[in-house]
Amino acid sequence: MIAKKIRVLIAKPGLDGHDRGAKVIARALRDAGMEVVYTGLRQTPEQIVEAAIQEDVDVIGLSILSGAHNFLFPRVMELLKERGVDDILVIGGGIIPDEDIPGLKEVGIAEVFTPGTPTSKIVEFITSNVNK
Amino acid sequence: MDIYKSVIGGDKRAIARFISLIEQRSEEAINLLKKIHSRTGNAIIIGITGPPGGGKSSIVNQLAKKLRSKNKKVGIIAIDPSSPFSGGALLGDRIRMQELTMDEGVFIRSMGTRGALGGLSKASYDSAKVLDASGMDFIIIETVGVGQSEVDIVKLADIVVLVQVPGLGDDVQAIKAGIMEIGDIFVVNKADKEGAERLVKEIEMTLDLNPNKNEFRPPVIKTVATTGEGIDDLFVNITRVWEHFVKFDIIRKRRLARAKQELIDIVKENYFDDFFQRYSEKIQDMAEQIYQRKMDPYSASEIIIQDIRKVFFN
Repeated sequence: MIAKKIRVLIAKPGLDGHDRGAKVIARALRDAGMEVVYTGLRQTPEQIVEAAIQEDVDVIGLSILSGAHNFLFPRVMELLKERGVDDILVIGGGIIPDEDIPGLKEVGIAEVFTPGTPTSKIVEFITSNVNK
Repeated sequence: MDIYKSVIGGDKRAIARFISLIEQRSEEAINLLKKIHSRTGNAIIIGITGPPGGGKSSIVNQLAKKLRSKNKKVGIIAIDPSSPFSGGALLGDRIRMQELTMDEGVFIRSMGTRGALGGLSKASYDSAKVLDASGMDFIIIETVGVGQSEVDIVKLADIVVLVQVPGLGDDVQAIKAGIMEIGDIFVVNKADKEGAERLVKEIEMTLDLNPNKNEFRPPVIKTVATTGEGIDDLFVNITRVWEHFVKFDIIRKRRLARAKQELIDIVKENYFDDFFQRYSEKIQDMAEQIYQRKMDPYSASEIIIQDIRKVFFN
């Protein structure tokens, strides 16, 4: 038996077309030895959850810049719950006002990373919080 | 969750979990693989290979859609390279397959090569069995973007589709050994680009040079995967090639060769790796002597083989 590799799904829900941030994160996680499944732009929460299940990932990273986070993030959490998935760590990133963060954490988003966060901090958060 | 029962029932979470166990080479995976073996061998395995950026993922996407329109269930394993430095990987094949995600009859799994060099990952062979046992009619294996000699896909697929694109080299490329020899079907993708006609001709010429004229001749098909042009033609040809291979006993021979190779590989892995581990000190010591020119590698290997014989025949 060999050690399990951390698998991460990086997804961009919603309609904004800016994925530079998502790509930077994907690259940083790759360089940290993780397997990163990148699904591309404009994913519905349903697609994200389905892909996460088929890929059997440990982490879902949601990137969003459009302001729709208060709808899309909770929706992903709701769908995971519906499918009986409770062992995936869900984190978020993008332009998210500080006052929205407590609400997102309440629905189960483990952490929210806003612009300027060093990628090393995200790597560290995943490695120390992932369900082993 | 009873993984065995759930996989047989086609449950996607169970399939996904099973594949992860295979990737970790766990004991549980081996036990489950023993159980599902009798339920495999029903799916048609199609390998899609070709250079990076040639449109393999887009072809897989279109082909899967076509198969779904015929009500066939499709399992997809898409492989991308793992970093030899960090061991990480960026698996991006799903980007071209977004419209398949919500389809009940499709399962997609992305994999890193994790050190394997032949264009596949080690886990892809056993993972294909899981998809087979789960009731998929077709399994599509998309290799990493290959160069000239990553030909492991022939060890796994019933039919190999080799995707080529115009503009990558002159006509000598087409007669080189390696990748050009493994195609059962040749696809010239991006056929709307300049040079496509010439590439088709070059491939046809290479096929003309095959000394065994009576043998099966691979079809050459033009596609534009982004629009879906030529995919009907590809599907028709896959069906034809399959029928031909069944009729002329080629599938049976390939699958038998695969079973033999697999058995040898498993014995090698479990027995020899174990053996080398037990003798690692001796091997290290011999390596030192070989390095210092006190011993040559052939004589050293004879000593090791003597030892193996002792273990076998005592």
